Amino acid sequence: MIPLSWYLIFAAALFSIGLFGVLSRKNAVAILMGVELMLNAVNVNLLAFWRYLAPENMAGQVFAVIVFAVAASEVAVGLALVISVYRRRQSVQADEINLLKY
Amino acid sequence: MSEYLPLVVLFILSTLVAAIAVALGHLFGPRRPTERKLQPYESGMTPFGPGTRRMPVRFYLVAVLFILFDIEVVFFIPWAVVYRKLGLFGFVEMLLFAGILEIAFVYAWKKGALEWE
Amino acid sequence: MIYPLQVVFILVSAVTLGAALMVVTTRNMVRAALWLVLALFGVAILFVLLEAGFFAVAQVIIYIGAIAILMIFAVMLTRRIAQDPGPQLNSTWPIAAVIALLVFGLIVFLVQVWDRAASLPPPLPQGFAPLQELGVALVSADRYLIPFEIASVLLLAALIGAIVVAWERK
Repeated sequence: MIPLSWYLIFAAALFSIGLFGVLSRKNAVAILMGVELMLNAVNVNLLAFWRYLAPENMAGQVFAVIVFAVAASEVAVGLALVISVYRRRQSVQADEINLLKY
Repeated sequence: MSEYLPLVVLFILSTLVAAIAVALGHLFGPRRPTERKLQPYESGMTPFGPGTRRMPVRFYLVAVLFILFDIEVVFFIPWAVVYRKLGLFGFVEMLLFAGILEIAFVYAWKKGALEWE
Repeated sequence: MIYPLQVVFILVSAVTLGAALMVVTTRNMVRAALWLVLALFGVAILFVLLEAGFFAVAQVIIYIGAIAILMIFAVMLTRRIAQDPGPQLNSTWPIAAVIALLVFGLIVFLVQVWDRAASLPPPLPQGFAPLQELGVALVSADRYLIPFEIASVLLLAALIGAIVVAWERK
């Protein structure tokens, strides 16, 4: 049998890799990919806690379903923004999109 | 967990079939490349323009609508397995859910996102 | 004592984490998207190991079938990036790596000191069907009906927003 801690450590590693991608990638689409990895790590945690600690309580599963919907919304809007920015500035490098910085 | 065994077998078999098909073609197929044969395949037409040119944004809008119906289906599944138990109340709930999502579809339709000239 | 499921878990999680590392380091964005598909698929297999088969199906349908495809479309719509010269990581990436490692170390530490971390899954009650329970929970007024309906409003707002933002004026 697999102890709960294995899932938690796997999710922590996946979350950290996604976090690294979000913080370090230049390309805006790649940043969104990092966010997807982080959301997946969260879902692994939610379902692991549901299965190991409270299988009769459906809150974990409902939460995971909502995370699916939120991830889809986030990607749809995020990529639309990336496409829109690319059309105006011919770039998707996050460090070149700096009009609001100064 | 044993109910997933057929799925594992399916994966192994499909991987094997694909690998064998590619390997056999690689081993026994004659290779006489000409310039025309090395061109990228564009459904039999002569390719034009660079293969890396930008695609029209219409493709993205269609993909967004696809996400809409995808999520709808995933929310339908747990509801559908207990549909009889839930009765009219559950039916109205799901009608409301689908109706709200349908507004987005109608909006895209009216805006002309589905028209290809 | 090593159980076969533990071997499956270790193999799948190693492949998933490797694919995730490729996602955040590959230069070519189309390849990064394909590595993302592999990582998402590994997570789907972990959902099967957690006896949440519905979520494995949902993962394949939503994440791989829709979100990864949307990513590839977006890469193709912003095509120059696929062969963009120069480094793909920004100049502060060592700091990002340190932060990510710190987060990982902190979570592992918390898992180590938590006394229920080593718990094993309790057997599911006789005749317990998670998928049907989920269906009842989602549309029962005294349980999760409001989050369920609000999810549809959120999706509506997001999709109309995406269409408005991405729309190309003639």
